Amino acid sequence: MGVATATAIVCAAIGLYIGLYLANVPGSAAAVTSSQGTSLYLATVPAAALSDPHNTWVSYYAVNSSGGDWRHDTTYVLPAHTLVHVTIFQYDSPSGIRNQFLSQAQGTTGGTFQVNGAAPEQAIASANTSHIFAVPQLGLSVPLQGVSGTAKNACANAPCSPTANAVEKVTFTFRTPGKGLYRWQCFVPCAAGYIDGFGGPMQTVGYMDGFLKVV
Amino acid sequence: MAQTRHFRNVVMLWLIVTVPFEALMIFVLAPGMPPGNGSVQAAGQVTDNTVLFGLATPVTTAVLVFLGYCLYAFRERDHSSALEGPAIRGDAGVQFWWLLTTTTLVLFLAAYGSIRLLQDGSGGGQGPNPIAVPAMAKGDAPLQVQVVAQQWQFDYRYPKYGFETPDLMLPANTMVEFHVTSLDVIHSFWAYQLGVKADANPGVDNIAYVHTLGPLTINVRCAELCGLWHGYMFDTGHVVPQAEFATWAQQQQTLLAPGSKRLPKYSRTYFPSPVRRSG
Repeated sequence: MGVATATAIVCAAIGLYIGLYLANVPGSAAAVTSSQGTSLYLATVPAAALSDPHNTWVSYYAVNSSGGDWRHDTTYVLPAHTLVHVTIFQYDSPSGIRNQFLSQAQGTTGGTFQVNGAAPEQAIASANTSHIFAVPQLGLSVPLQGVSGTAKNACANAPCSPTANAVEKVTFTFRTPGKGLYRWQCFVPCAAGYIDGFGGPMQTVGYMDGFLKVV
Repeated sequence: MAQTRHFRNVVMLWLIVTVPFEALMIFVLAPGMPPGNGSVQAAGQVTDNTVLFGLATPVTTAVLVFLGYCLYAFRERDHSSALEGPAIRGDAGVQFWWLLTTTTLVLFLAAYGSIRLLQDGSGGGQGPNPIAVPAMAKGDAPLQVQVVAQQWQFDYRYPKYGFETPDLMLPANTMVEFHVTSLDVIHSFWAYQLGVKADANPGVDNIAYVHTLGPLTINVRCAELCGLWHGYMFDTGHVVPQAEFATWAQQQQTLLAPGSKRLPKYSRTYFPSPVRRSG
């Protein structure tokens, strides 16, 4: 009787663990296709929404073209062999990068990116970099400029607003490869409070890492 | 008298089994052993594996033949009897030759392995002060390639050309001196087809030598569990003809110029800032 009870408890605990794990799989967001092409809109924030289980963790979000409709998704569904225009609303302050080689954009159309619609740039000062959007398997890497550390209306937690908060709008274009699952990550050691800035949100899918699901 | 017959039978059976198996191992299976013949060091590792298999095969067959012979020759023939068989006794002659043979083999392999490692390092990381420098690396200056590991990507810095790139490209028939280091945690640079494996430790310059041969595609993997995306820390490198490499290097110098001018001064190790968000 005792053995049967213990077995039932262990089985229930394993089932609960698996259930919770499956329930917490990060969601996915699809790119928007219009007459102007395929677009993906993302945002980066210094801390996730207050309702998030890790509301002090830095994170990526999926948003709409005007920077609203925030969804905590880090798997992005894109069509294969297509030019994708990416817009990232960047609300975080600079951290700097560990490998300054990554201050240069790579894998984008023309090897450039734009900040707030200004002239295309190839690189930014590493000290001004807040995050990086990189897909190592594709050779894609774009540094994201941080908002000024002294900005009066800096956003603290998601969701943020491009009209109410300080933001750097980074845009670039890249061509997707064939069908497949490609992981993306941030290369900036931006996980505050963790050893070398590379714990917590950098080691957990759903914050500073995720997948491009090319279909 | 019976013992002599059994010994003769075992030796005969062992010879009959070993000769074809030894030939199969040395001439058929061993040449296809990893990591292949992609570099001088990789080919050397294939030779080492051949030697190991060549020596291990007769020992293995001896054990198996002896076991099989005992099971057959000393089986209980009279099933009506429930008596124990004769007690097992040691045999000084068998023990002597067994110890002598296995000790000789182990000592030979220890010496062989040490000599092979001291010849050219066999493609392994030798730390910041290598003692097994290949003879060819002492002549013309080898091509230096710094392997910079970080969570979760390898980058390659070519000090001769002044750029860093995520693409590993090497010229054929060239002595290459890898300087392997890390910017964060411990990784391990494993260029499989080249037969190169060297730990990437932060603050350490781990040097490994390899002499490339003909054009080749290289699978590079991290061989040290290094965090969330360790399983994705891989890329593909290439060994290309020397003229093609020169053209590629020239193109990279132009392409990567904006990032190259921001690179820190070339150093054997890096202790990069920032740590401003670190705990």
